[in-house]
Amino acid sequence: MENFDQIALALIIFIPLAGAIAAMFMPADRQKDVWYFAIVVAGLCFALSLYIFLRYDYGAGGFQFQDSYKWLPAPVDINLSLAVDGISALLILLNGIILLGGVLISQNIVYRPRDFFVLLLALGAGVFGTFAVRDLFFLFFFYELAVLPMYLLIGVWGSSTDFRTFFRAKEYAATKLFLFLVAGSVLVWIGILAVYMGAAESGFPTFSMETLGRLAEAGQLSEEFQTWVFPLFMVGFGVLAGMWPFHTWSPDGHVSAPTAVSMLHAGVLMKLGAYGIIRVGMVIVPEGAENWMPVLITLGTVNVLYGAVSAMSQTDLKYIIGYSSVSHMGYVLMGIATLDRIGVGGAVLQMFSHGIMTALMFLLVGAIYDRTHTRDISVLKGLFSRMGVTGFFFAIAGLASMGLPGLSGFIAEFMVFTGAFRTYLPLAVLAVIGAALTAVYILRLLALTFLGESDARWEHLTDASPVEKAVGGAFVLIMIFVGVWPEPLLRLINVSVDALPGV
Amino acid sequence: MPGLTANLQLLTPEFALAGLALLVLAVDLVVPQNRKNLLGWLSIAGLLGLIALSLKMLWGENETLYGGLLAVDAFSLFFKIFFLGLGIFIILSSMDYVEKNLTSRGEFYGLILFSILGMNVMAQSRELLTAYISLELLSFCLYVLAAYARNEAKSNEAGLKYIIIGAFSSAVLLYGVSMVYSTLGVTQFASISAALANPGDVSPALWVGMALILVGLGFKLAAVPFHMWAPDVYEGAPFPVTAYLAIGSKAAAFALVLRLFAEGFLPAVDQWRIVVAVMAAITMLTGNLVALAQHNIKRLMAYSSVGQVGIILTGVAALSADSILPASGVMLYLVGYSLTNMLVFAGLISFFNMTGREDISAFRGLADGQPFLAATIAIGLFSLGGMPIFAGFTVKFYLFTALASQGLLWLAGLAIFSSLISLYYYLQVIRQMYIRPVEEVAEAIAGEDVYVPTGPEVSTSPLILIVQSVTLVGVFWVGVYPAPFLTVIDAASHAILPGL
Repeated sequence: MENFDQIALALIIFIPLAGAIAAMFMPADRQKDVWYFAIVVAGLCFALSLYIFLRYDYGAGGFQFQDSYKWLPAPVDINLSLAVDGISALLILLNGIILLGGVLISQNIVYRPRDFFVLLLALGAGVFGTFAVRDLFFLFFFYELAVLPMYLLIGVWGSSTDFRTFFRAKEYAATKLFLFLVAGSVLVWIGILAVYMGAAESGFPTFSMETLGRLAEAGQLSEEFQTWVFPLFMVGFGVLAGMWPFHTWSPDGHVSAPTAVSMLHAGVLMKLGAYGIIRVGMVIVPEGAENWMPVLITLGTVNVLYGAVSAMSQTDLKYIIGYSSVSHMGYVLMGIATLDRIGVGGAVLQMFSHGIMTALMFLLVGAIYDRTHTRDISVLKGLFSRMGVTGFFFAIAGLASMGLPGLSGFIAEFMVFTGAFRTYLPLAVLAVIGAALTAVYILRLLALTFLGESDARWEHLTDASPVEKAVGGAFVLIMIFVGVWPEPLLRLINVSVDALPGV
Repeated sequence: MPGLTANLQLLTPEFALAGLALLVLAVDLVVPQNRKNLLGWLSIAGLLGLIALSLKMLWGENETLYGGLLAVDAFSLFFKIFFLGLGIFIILSSMDYVEKNLTSRGEFYGLILFSILGMNVMAQSRELLTAYISLELLSFCLYVLAAYARNEAKSNEAGLKYIIIGAFSSAVLLYGVSMVYSTLGVTQFASISAALANPGDVSPALWVGMALILVGLGFKLAAVPFHMWAPDVYEGAPFPVTAYLAIGSKAAAFALVLRLFAEGFLPAVDQWRIVVAVMAAITMLTGNLVALAQHNIKRLMAYSSVGQVGIILTGVAALSADSILPASGVMLYLVGYSLTNMLVFAGLISFFNMTGREDISAFRGLADGQPFLAATIAIGLFSLGGMPIFAGFTVKFYLFTALASQGLLWLAGLAIFSSLISLYYYLQVIRQMYIRPVEEVAEAIAGEDVYVPTGPEVSTSPLILIVQSVTLVGVFWVGVYPAPFLTVIDAASHAILPGL
């Protein structure tokens, strides 16, 4: 097993990438075959991610599954170093779950199905890579690789919607999303080069995150330097995390994206941004992070409130969930900004919990849209009598989103609030109000869409398909499991959060 | 001087290349009009032979010829292989086009071969006049090639514009050379370097001379503000010649610039760094911003290449006496840029052969009609925009790391920002090919697609497929594992920066 552990991370990046390349050579018109193939690949990834999660030794902590490949020699000195700590192991598991779920429910992609799965698997590889590497070059490489397919996935397979007052074309959403994310990575890239430059001045020109982290610990990077570099990472990664005021790409992207892409986008991709702030910002420029945390927690609070208020006034199901993602990512940003053991731990748990919850919501919205061809909550009503299981799952996801005890969202939000109350009391109070607002828009959505008299138009509706039920049911079970017994996740999170500098 | 011709055999590849060009011209006289492709194959065979010959003869050589006028070293070998390989790609992708659209087909290949000779000597010269003569050999071939579609007004206009601007810039360059000669009495790069060893007491005339040389080369590179000829010439020239201009003439000019700045001007780097850096900054911003407004794919590629030249110039600005990183960065970028551009242009030429159109809106729905063609163009454009696993990302990262290592973070930041701008107009082309309104998607699924390109020839020819496949592999290879390329490139950098 020792040998296998060493290559496990390389495999989890390589398998979806190789799968994507292999799928390119499959016949374009054999839609079902491509789908089966993608399921096998995503299933392997899921199995590997579960293996990594279960086998991570939380007693020992630190970085495990280490492996390194020489890529470029000095003077640039870039290595493909792979390793995970508890945080990345958890997020790799999240990606494994959602990638498999996304592939499973994509059986009805009829337009260019092969290319769809090629891009989806490439996206998955990019996300796995970002979580698994310990070198800034490769972190950025995989980060961009995860962003690249989004443009085509939304643009080609997305949908345009006429909202009467405005028309939201899919190419608009795709271009906006892509340019926002690449603009964010411009800042990240400059930040990475600045760190390289700073390290070179101390005599260690390297992209190795381990060495850079040690340099920061030894005080080799001046506080002044860290203070101007950190905002580059904060805003750059923050764009992908949906940080206000750079969040506007996110709801538009959700509305136009096909279901599986929405799931991956909100479920995993936005977490890359928050992960980047923790892994790069907090570890490599910790003093800069400390100086900027008041700004980050303020922005995070604005996220929570702004997202919630926006979600309250939307009538499109996907816009509501899109803005609720913005709101929930606010908790993640707040948790990170507390620099408190419980707060940061809560942020990481919230990433996982929100990932599953929002993926489930998008799955269900996709199921409704497939059958009704509308997402307008003023038109949909009384769906509960026709789509009972869908409504039931939606209610559970909504309750998790509101932070009901017994479901995953409660523990995560509770931890974030605890951290925030210890450090920034007034903002924590505001954020709790935001949690109350969540209840308003979630209950409004549930009431208008699922409850009430059933419309004659929806007489013929069928409930979610068996695959959708299975995937949705699995997500529900995960949420309940985490809500009732979060210990297996928390012990991984805690041992790694304790190792972060400044916490 | 004794021994002036002692190692003349090192120039065998050049002599052989000149012979090959003459041979092609001679055979042209006896080949019937409908078999002119034979000349293309002859040229390709010759170029392949020359690559093998150069590698066998010159690997590891480090000598100077004619008392220091020419250098045969790792740097010139690197660019020799580069240009010979490029010639093969260009000829392969032009054969269909030439057969269909041009007259006097035989001379076309002869001129390409002569221009490659010019490029090879440019990369070898260590003296200003030799450099100038080889530059002119290249330029004269390009003037003729730009005007080669002689029945088309646009092509004639392109040739005329190119020759007038070219002559003007040559005059500026020569004037700069004469200023250098009048102050120093020599034109060898090494002597200029020695004269600059103490930049404080250098005669102002030398600065003026250097500035004029920079301006002259700026014209050849199409660096802003000397770029105005590029879009018109690119648009008017026959399509394969546009590709050749965008890749070959740029790479050759950079080969000369690298050697001149590294071997000649380097001691005064503190004086000229800011000038080149500002020129690079203006070039990339102007090129990429103006490209946003283009509707013609050739003009788009012209401005895109202006923008790319700006980015490569940042590497020249970062040249340093204590690191080979910037020089290697420039060369790696040239490799990635050339492979990527060749991939894009091969696709564009193939598309032009099918449809005869060069406006961007003509690409609508291409991904449904010609999936492979659309995919290669899209991959190339994403690579030019600097997205990973393609060459563009890796070479940009490497070059910008070199900039950061020299403290030019602001310039790297600007270059990254201008890449973001460029991504927008590349996306416009990709959007035309891939993203279609929902109704059209429904038509495509039902097999009633009306936008799939039709024309006299609706499939990519095998010749262009070869170019696409090889460059596609190259684009991925450089993007994923550039280490083998860097081994060779670092050796080339050491050749022009011998102190390291």
